[in-house]
Amino acid sequence: MESIIEGKAYVLGKNIDTDQIIPAEHLVYSLSDPEEVKLYGKYALSGVPPAEGGLPKGNIPFVGEGRFESDYSIIVAGPNFGCGSSREHAPFALQTAGVKAIVAESYARIFYRNCVDGGFVIPYETAEQLNRTVMTGDELQIDIDNNTVTNVTRDETFALKPLGDVFSIVRAGGIFAYARQENLMS
Amino acid sequence: MAQTITQKILARAANRKFVETGESVWLNVDILLTHDVCGPPTFDIFREKFGPDAKVWDPEKVVVLPDHYIFTKNEHAKRNIDLLRKFAKEQNLPNYYDVGTERYKGVCHVALAEEGYNLPGTVLFGTDSHTCTSGAFGMFGTGIGNTDAAFILGTGKLWEKVPESMKFIFEGEIPEYLAAKDLILQILGDIGTDGATYRAMEFDGDAVYSLPVEERMTLTNMAIEAGGMNGIIAADEVTEAYVKQRTGKPYEIFRSDPDAEYHSIYRYDARQLEPVVAMPHSPDNRATVRSMQGTKITKSYIGSCTGGKLSDFVMAARILKGRTVAVPTNIVPATVEVARKLETELYDGLPIRKILEDAGCTIGLPSCAACLGGPQDTFGRSEDNDLVVSTTNRNFPGRMGSKNAGVCLASPLTAAASAVKGELTDPREFLR
Repeated sequence: MESIIEGKAYVLGKNIDTDQIIPAEHLVYSLSDPEEVKLYGKYALSGVPPAEGGLPKGNIPFVGEGRFESDYSIIVAGPNFGCGSSREHAPFALQTAGVKAIVAESYARIFYRNCVDGGFVIPYETAEQLNRTVMTGDELQIDIDNNTVTNVTRDETFALKPLGDVFSIVRAGGIFAYARQENLMS
Repeated sequence: MAQTITQKILARAANRKFVETGESVWLNVDILLTHDVCGPPTFDIFREKFGPDAKVWDPEKVVVLPDHYIFTKNEHAKRNIDLLRKFAKEQNLPNYYDVGTERYKGVCHVALAEEGYNLPGTVLFGTDSHTCTSGAFGMFGTGIGNTDAAFILGTGKLWEKVPESMKFIFEGEIPEYLAAKDLILQILGDIGTDGATYRAMEFDGDAVYSLPVEERMTLTNMAIEAGGMNGIIAADEVTEAYVKQRTGKPYEIFRSDPDAEYHSIYRYDARQLEPVVAMPHSPDNRATVRSMQGTKITKSYIGSCTGGKLSDFVMAARILKGRTVAVPTNIVPATVEVARKLETELYDGLPIRKILEDAGCTIGLPSCAACLGGPQDTFGRSEDNDLVVSTTNRNFPGRMGSKNAGVCLASPLTAAASAVKGELTDPREFLR
């Protein structure tokens, strides 16, 4: 597992629910057929009302017209990210679009579990209201060993809350890899 | 050491006498539920991780209830049903309820109750966030994703962090103009959509125990709208009567110890509460219906796991009998059993179905229908700038279809009263 995650930030508000991350009408594509999988990238975050996407300016699409991947690989958001349904298609869609990590004030439980157990993206929590200071397009750098995020564009560094118990599952790459490692399954 | 009901159930499932809040424990799962949206990807992960010839840990404990995208021409949605059918056959799953057959049931959370899968003291995981509905039976029920569900399919186990509990006590008699929906929307307005994240929501008090099981399910159903891990109501004689009518399986009743510790305790006097509505675009955006009175709506929708039970339509019939709706009003029975009872159950001497039809409502087929949007041809889906008053459980942007539409969550009484006037209307106006 890499120890530094670098990428451009895409900034969102609070209570970004799973319908905004991947609207229900798109849940019908296969998660294993490579051609259909691309559509999850294409429609990632397509349910966010346009003015709320890519803060502080807004009206910045997460995935450009005709594309399947995003230019932004780190999401910065307020509290309660991933609330709503249990659909694992949500973290899957973000991963497919190229997201590596999310930095939010807090998460809904099922979404958080799905990120970790499925090994899709790393869900970091921060005590700071980073979505008020980071601007969409800023270059960020997450230091996994030291639990920090640096806004390279503005030369500011913030603490991330340690992942705690779940770090071992994140490091293993998901619940299956972890369970094998711990001899919980053959 | 004193424990809450949630701790006691999780301790039993972990083969322990006591579990501490905050500790992670491995649980033996009693039932795994899945449906047509999350079933196929779950089965893919199961095969990938356990091998192409792997068998599920216990076919009796896997319940597959297609319900989300049922009556649609969408090819991908139909393919999902084919995938469920194939897996059920390969694995000899006795509890698969295929679409287009006599066995088809409808919305999974309501069907689980009707078919006797909800048993006090047991642990249910489901690939749907509203799996917390089953907590109305004094059991632990919670939603999970596909990877966790695939893990259970292979091992029968899953880890869970033992939650702290929040207690919500409703005292006093519930007035006839209030429904369980008003109680839970009241709580949501008070604690917010993340007010119970990672916690159990325990409901208690005379008013809660005076409710029929179906209404209790509306309370626990929406625990997830506060971020709750599970909602729970200890079983009483009403629960036992419901369960015994449907299954002969054994169960164990747990109750919280009087000195159990809670994260917080909220008390309400049911007689002091008013009909409320959650305005767009969040379930915690609560207002009294009175203060929103006169807001023009374009549609009314009565259905879903929260609002499509027989008791919900009885409430709607109380308002709609002898009246006519002023806006398109879509009715979706949660299950085939509910649809059948609409024909046979009488209100004031008339079948409920007739009352709803005479009022001008359109009645759809049992399924999740437009609660979560779905394919373009879904029954009742919102269009353009609709403002829908709905008995469903979520009103995030775009939830019922159109990204430009709004959804006002309300009780069946409020949804019916508002349908009659074409604007948000306090049901007291018609119940006096």
